[in-house]
This record gives sequence, C-alpha cells and structure tokens, in this order.
Amino acid sequence: MAAQSTSADEGAEQGAATVPSLFELYMGFAQISVSAFGGALPFARRILVDQRKWMEPDDFASTLALCQFLPGPNIVNLSIAFGRRLHGWRGALVAIFGLMAAPVVIIITLGSLYLRFGQIGALRSMFAALAAAAGGLVVATAAQMAVPLIRKAPVTALPMVIAAFVLAGLLRWPLPAVMAVLAPIGLILAWRTRS
Amino acid sequence: MKGGILTTLALQCSMLALLAFGGGINTVVPELQRQAVDVHHWMDARTFSDLFAIAQASPGPNMLIVCLVGLKAAGLAGALVATLAACVPTCLLTFFVSGFWDRIRASPWRPVAQGGVAPVAVGLISASAFLISRAADRGVGLIAVTVATAAFCYFTKRNPLWALGAAAVLGLTGLVS
Repeated sequence: MAAQSTSADEGAEQGAATVPSLFELYMGFAQISVSAFGGALPFARRILVDQRKWMEPDDFASTLALCQFLPGPNIVNLSIAFGRRLHGWRGALVAIFGLMAAPVVIIITLGSLYLRFGQIGALRSMFAALAAAAGGLVVATAAQMAVPLIRKAPVTALPMVIAAFVLAGLLRWPLPAVMAVLAPIGLILAWRTRS
Repeated sequence: MKGGILTTLALQCSMLALLAFGGGINTVVPELQRQAVDVHHWMDARTFSDLFAIAQASPGPNMLIVCLVGLKAAGLAGALVATLAACVPTCLLTFFVSGFWDRIRASPWRPVAQGGVAPVAVGLISASAFLISRAADRGVGLIAVTVATAAFCYFTKRNPLWALGAAAVLGLTGLVS
C-alpha cells in the first residue's frame, strides 16, 4: 500500500493520481463489473479511488455528477468518461469492454438456464421467490429516493411523483408521452423554486 | 420475421437507454415491460419479473435486463443486439459531452434540469416497483418476501444480495412458492 501511494505521488499528471495503462484500465473495470452486485457505484469508488488510486475523491464526485446528469446507466457513462480522459477513444472502448464482457457472458448463461429449466419444480419456486425479492429491492430504492425529496419540497415534489407513478404504472402510458407531459412541468416548477 | 424482431429490439433498447435519466434502468422498466409484454408479446408479466430478478442477482450493470429481454425475444442474436443498442447511443453521448462538462456545470440550468426531473424519476421507479411486485406476488408467502426484502434494504446498509440469496433458499426449499 505504501509503495503504491509513493508511485502515485511521483506519477502525478492530474492531481496526484496514477495513470493506468490500457490493460490495467481493462482489468480495473472488469474487477468493478464482477464485484458489482446490486449497484456498481460503491464498488467503482472503492476500486478507482481507494484501491487503485486512479482518481481523487473530488475528481470521482465531479465525474459522477456528469454521469448522473447524462442519460444511461451511471457506471457505463463513468467508464466512458474516465477511459476517454486517460487514453482517448481507445481508453473509452477498453473501459466499456472491461465493464461489460464478463457480466454479459454471465447473464446470457443464467438467462439461458432459466429459459430452459426455469419451469421445473424447485427452480420454479426459487425464481418466484427471487422475483418477489427483486420487487422488494425496487420498493426500497423508490422509498430511499422519495423520502428526502418529498421532505425537502412536499408541495412541488409529491404531485409530480404521484403523477409519474399513475401515468406509467397504472395508466401504462408510453414513456415518451409521460416525459412530454411531466418534464416541462417539472422544469417550470424547479425554475420557479430555485434558490 | 426474426430480422423484424431484431430491428424492433435495437430501436426500443437504444430509445430506452437514452430516456434512462436520473440514475438507472429502473426509470425505464415500466416502458420496457410495456413493450415486451403488452405491445410485442415477447413474454408474460411473470416471466418479465423473473428476468428482472435474474438481472438484479447477477453482477454488472442492472441495465442488462435488456440483454435478457433480447434473449427471450430472439435468442442469442437478440441478447447481443439489445445490449449493444442500449450501450452505443448513451456511450457516444457521454464520449462527446464529457469533453465540455465544465462548461455545462457552470450553467444555471443544470440544477434546474436535475431538480425538475428528479420527482418524475422517483415516480417512474415507484411504478417499476409496483409492476415487478404485482407480477411476482402471487400469494401470501411471496408478498411477505417482497415486504421483508424492502424493509431489509431500506433500513439496513447491508448488500441486497443477502436478501436475494435468502429468498432463493426459501424458494428452493419450498418454504415459499
């Protein structure tokens, strides 16, 4: 660990972070991808900032803000933005392949097993219970995001949350239609209540 | 016929990925389910919830649910087309925008845009939770699994994989079904 931080100080280009080679970049994102169960970002932070010292904590936070602002999965965006900054388009390509290769192989294998054997006896009940638990996982995610938001701005946030839930979940509107109706209202409310 | 499915998959998945703002795939799960179950009849709602669970229990980005939807709709080619279609447009966007992120960051519109869509994102994720759970919860035991998992993940900081593992064991041993 001590040797690693010494080389980090010497190899300073941006801040005090080390600059990995393309191969190290691939391995780093592959490591993130296979350890990332139920959300990749905590693992990405641990590996990129704490273990490999490729990014400073501030740098990680501001890159993450970009990735949350842009559409698409945050961790996918993070791999592209970080890979590009280090090695241009080659870095971006290497990082996204490192991130996706192993999970795609694993999930296609699991999916094929499910489609072939998923209806058999004990496996049928296992997948039923797993799906029920996955539903609970999303319930918790929704609650964790909703509670602080509604506490902060109950008058503006709550009606928007309910409207999006009803249009998408109960009335089953297509998502572009939901967005076309709610996004302008949300933007106007946020503009008027900005601090 | 299969070429038609692949084209549909490619268009749907790239559109969904571009609409997945506010952090993740969960905001577009209601639309993905609508397309896969109601519009194109690639699977029933129960199969969709099962596939969603497999994506949650696997390593890697949760967006890989599109890979499984592609697999069910059109086999291996479908899985690869759906995954690529979901990745390429958002990756290109990130690639080009990350260059001038600092300029966007200074704009007064950025917090407004984030604040404006945040409640919509939360509403969409709530819709995902409702749709996944409604299709999965066919009985008191399964409802209990959903409630227990939600409480575990909301009130503790433990890895959600513990809850998924416990549910899998309960199912395998026939304690809930």
